[in-house]
Amino acid sequence: MSLERFINQAVSSWMSNEGPHSEIVLSSRIRLARNLADYKFPSLLQPEKAAELTAKINESMQEKYDLELLTMEKLSTLQKRVLVEKHLISPYLSDASSYGAVLLSDTEDISIMINEEDHIRIQCLSPGLQLKETLKKASEIDDVIEAKLKYAFDEQRGYLTSCPTNVGTGLRASVMIHLPGLVLTQQMNRIIPAINQLGFVVRGIYGEGSEALGNIFQISNQLTLGKSEEDIVEDLLSIVHQIINHEESARESLSNMSSIHLEDKVFRSYGVLTNSRIIESKEAAQCLSDVRLGIDMGYIQNVSRCILNELMILTQPGFLQQYAGGTLRPEERDIRRAALIRERLKLEENC
Amino acid sequence: MKCQRCNERPATLHFTKTINGEKSEIYLCEKCAKEQGEEYMFSYHPDFSIGNLLGGLFNIESPFLSKPAQYPQQHALKCEHCQTTFQEFVNRGKFGCPHCYETFQEQLTPILKRLQNGNNVHKGKIPKRMGGTLHVKKEIEELRVKLQQAIAHEEFESAASIRDQIRSLEKSLLSKGGEL
Ligand SMILES: [Zn+2]
Ligand SMILES: [Zn+2]
Ligand SMILES: [Zn+2]
Repeated sequence: MSLERFINQAVSSWMSNEGPHSEIVLSSRIRLARNLADYKFPSLLQPEKAAELTAKINESMQEKYDLELLTMEKLSTLQKRVLVEKHLISPYLSDASSYGAVLLSDTEDISIMINEEDHIRIQCLSPGLQLKETLKKASEIDDVIEAKLKYAFDEQRGYLTSCPTNVGTGLRASVMIHLPGLVLTQQMNRIIPAINQLGFVVRGIYGEGSEALGNIFQISNQLTLGKSEEDIVEDLLSIVHQIINHEESARESLSNMSSIHLEDKVFRSYGVLTNSRIIESKEAAQCLSDVRLGIDMGYIQNVSRCILNELMILTQPGFLQQYAGGTLRPEERDIRRAALIRERLKLEENC
Repeated sequence: MKCQRCNERPATLHFTKTINGEKSEIYLCEKCAKEQGEEYMFSYHPDFSIGNLLGGLFNIESPFLSKPAQYPQQHALKCEHCQTTFQEFVNRGKFGCPHCYETFQEQLTPILKRLQNGNNVHKGKIPKRMGGTLHVKKEIEELRVKLQQAIAHEEFESAASIRDQIRSLEKSLLSKGGEL
């Protein structure tokens, strides 16, 4: 396992598998924030202490897990950007942390950030809707670290974190979900506030502000205190199941009402992706979402589902430049993006 | 977290505005956002950027001010272990070390209640070295007392539901390797 592979492969291998509800839920993620008792939080940590802490955490894991340690200071800006685009590290770890590091598993389903906002951020990822299974996996990692190192924990407040928005369980459970049906039928602005009412947050993953490029949303818990991990996950699961039902009925009614229009939209987008010579990320994202919907609805047969996830990541600026081997101007990126998408789709047709 | 304008409904939207290069942020509910939102650049955001948020929390009178509230009276309050003062915590939105939680305990309770929807006590996992299933046992004890009271008052419906709660807690206790 080498740095090269983490950087060069757009698709983490856990992503190419499917999970429950994979036609709508792209992935599930669990993050646990932890800190060690006898160290200041990362923003005030001295360099030698930070190095000591990184070594200790790395050591605590190696007996049971096979993880690769990457330190931020040894990576180039572009390499870090690629890891961010793959959601393996946070923008904060990449740009703002001092002495930040990450432990990655071979399949990239485990990523443990060190000296991010907290000493330890355990992250586990799974395809489809698998929050309980993923929580179990993260909790096992947590147990392994805890057996060797002393956590900052208080009976009243729970796991102590550098920011009080994470204190308690330190848990952020989230799903990445593709909702073209709800967007097309204009139901998202009704659904988002309803979910917020329940203490959960919805946001677009790609794009700025309220945009959700590719109709891909992330839903996660906002509260970390006063509820057990199991209850937080249970509540999120029940919300996601309801959204899946809404999305399914939106797709059904779209196809009942105007199947030919939907089919037309899908194939136009497919045409754009297979023929463009210049394409902006926004247009690419919309077309990819349409094509993925077309695959889910059975209009398109010969293209694999993971194309949406894969090409959304692959066509981000960091990846495009990594492939090009240097910096690209925005227009050059759009040309590269178009070429890459055409190539990738041609590959699908041939197999 | 509650809306910073009406202080009633949960805040669901995050706004940023920039005046003369000075950036300020506010968290609003859907309704207030509609009334106030036009002038703000709209963006929703999951991990609230807490620095300005805390500033806003203490600045209920004028949440639109971009400068965090000032706490001259808390100046003396300082974490012995990391030297972080309460004012610094408010400005940065981050603690300096785990001991800050004890030092600022009193000030923290209302903040946590705001941030965590009224909750300020941990109900989740406990490290094994801290006694693993301690809190579940505590909760079961409390429920047993309630159960006795309910039976004494002949409130059998609620007694039945308390008994169910106890059973499910006992089950989860056993599944976590604890003993009854
Ligand atoms: Zn299900
Ligand atoms: Zn309001
Ligand atoms: Zn401190």
